[in-house]
Amino acid sequence: MQEIRNYTMNFGPQHPAAHGVLRLLLEMDGETVVRTDPHVGLLHRGTEKLCESKPFNQSIGYMDRLDYVSMMCNEHAYVKAIENLLGIEAPERAQYIRTMFDEITRILNHLMWIGSSALDLGAMAVFLYAFREREELMDLYEAVSGARMHATYYRPGGVYRDLPAQMPQYRQSPWHKGKDLQRLNSWREGSMLDFIDAFTADFPSKVDEYETLLTNNRIWKQRTVGIGVVSPELAKAWGMTGPMLRGSGVEWDLRKKQPYAKYADVDFDIPVGVNGDCYDRYLVRVEEMRQSNRIISQCARWLRANPGPVMVRNFKVAPPSRVEMKEDMEAMIHHFKLFTEGYCVPAGETYAAVEAPKGEFGCYLVSDGANKPFRVHLRAPGFAHLSSMDSIVRGHMLADVVAMIGSYDLVFGEVDR
Amino acid sequence: MSATSTTSLAEQLVARFGDTLKVSSARQEVTAEVAAGDLVAVATALRDEAAFRFCELIDLCGIDYLGYGQVEWDTETISGTGFSRGVEGQAQGRFNWAGRPRDVAAPRRFAAVVQLLSIEHNRRLRLRVFCADDGLPLLPSLTAVWPGVNWFEREAFDLYGIIFDGHPDLRRILTDYGFVGHPFRKDFPLVGNVEVRYDAEQKRVVYEPVSIEPRVLVPRTIRNDADLMQAKAEAADHWREN
Repeated sequence: MQEIRNYTMNFGPQHPAAHGVLRLLLEMDGETVVRTDPHVGLLHRGTEKLCESKPFNQSIGYMDRLDYVSMMCNEHAYVKAIENLLGIEAPERAQYIRTMFDEITRILNHLMWIGSSALDLGAMAVFLYAFREREELMDLYEAVSGARMHATYYRPGGVYRDLPAQMPQYRQSPWHKGKDLQRLNSWREGSMLDFIDAFTADFPSKVDEYETLLTNNRIWKQRTVGIGVVSPELAKAWGMTGPMLRGSGVEWDLRKKQPYAKYADVDFDIPVGVNGDCYDRYLVRVEEMRQSNRIISQCARWLRANPGPVMVRNFKVAPPSRVEMKEDMEAMIHHFKLFTEGYCVPAGETYAAVEAPKGEFGCYLVSDGANKPFRVHLRAPGFAHLSSMDSIVRGHMLADVVAMIGSYDLVFGEVDR
Repeated sequence: MSATSTTSLAEQLVARFGDTLKVSSARQEVTAEVAAGDLVAVATALRDEAAFRFCELIDLCGIDYLGYGQVEWDTETISGTGFSRGVEGQAQGRFNWAGRPRDVAAPRRFAAVVQLLSIEHNRRLRLRVFCADDGLPLLPSLTAVWPGVNWFEREAFDLYGIIFDGHPDLRRILTDYGFVGHPFRKDFPLVGNVEVRYDAEQKRVVYEPVSIEPRVLVPRTIRNDADLMQAKAEAADHWREN
């Protein structure tokens, strides 16, 4: 009989299902995976070290570039850590805006996830549908911050500016014309909150469309049911959080258990899975989109009724208004000092965590009292999740590795930092 | 987490571990410092005992305390002569590979910081463990207690050179294949050591010393506003006396 040896195979980093730059070394016994060795770090930019050489505020923009499909949630963790050490709290309106944009971000992330992981498993159409709604939400990012993705919108002490009174409209172009243009602009006639109302009223029907494509789809179920089962014990041992943990039936969500911003004041439910397989995690994420939509509409209602400041009036941390600068020497000096030197954060250390769409995104911040952080460590959920790869996919088929990579919801900006 | 639960956690830790842990709490966060020798025993107890049940290790990171509290621009010693005008020292980002600081022996330089989470009690705890020898920073590995710490320890090894005794597979994780040095140490230049480019003649990627110059736009300062007031008052007195 011929001797059969295991075959080592390279997967990625240039592979459509590698979600960026994952490189896997797979030891195969035929079609069965015997061992996996993920190689990460191809996108390592040394964000944490860069933060140490800059004043606190200048690093907010780096946070967007970590998990670049859930930008504002990353900012939230960093900003929250600074606020902890400074002992300041954002005004209530800013907290509602943050809650709302965290949830907008969650929908953005889950849409990207549902599209790309369905694409990995052979369902092309979902990706196209998901990007239709992503475009609307990107417009919200752009309207509020000027940038479609890397917003740098959250600041210690609040958010950079209030929601715009007028939602920008589309002009006629080869890509937007006729009925399509009319539909786009009919949502954008009023303020941003009017647009959000129109979006949230419509979005559940769009989630129904994704579900029509996938939930009872035979191929989708064959590829995900019973694949990549994570037991609750395994999930805890490997430091899993977010949908990875909830998919295994553990009811754990920082928004409920350790509420921050205004999550204690809005009404929403936490979906949990039963079996802990890829399919359950899919169901959890789809339901989270519906719950996020609920939160967004509640926040929009509150924001409409309660105008107010969105930034603390503390010129050591937040810049004075342009008008004040024209009239007041003191304000001018504050502005100059803030943008040239920044502010000093009292010595100490803190760990601030938020429930990012992928799991717990945390920021461990050490300050020695200077205007730059002494050490910033960013705890990325994807890093912890991916480390469990070997123990989960062992014994699965090669094609299931792809299903599992999709189910982890990996983004290498945060894994590699 | 409420204030009562953090005080009770701090009290429980003191009652259970006594002098083994140095417990402090600030901003409703509890930090416990533990000696490297006790780490695994303490960690196992924290995971298993009913009062703690820290079932999840959320995070482990290295930290290099070299230069903690040092500034490049002195704003404290205000006098009749005014603030210092120049930037001094070799802080983060100001040196390249050739000019990196060589005299970097410091007591209690390297530490690992662990963030634990108890899902059952909804509590967090931070453990800090210092490396005894900063020439060869060595800590026991926690992989036997929480398997999920595996990559976090690899990261701390890669970026800080902390060696985790008992780790099953202590390899570099984030840096390039064949990388030299531990880039997050405070004596490692921010601009790095080598850069890569594709060489069209040799038809391969080549490594060369970095060509960019170190550049820092904002000096590192520590301002204590209360002290500033005091200094102002003293300077005013000094002015009057002379």
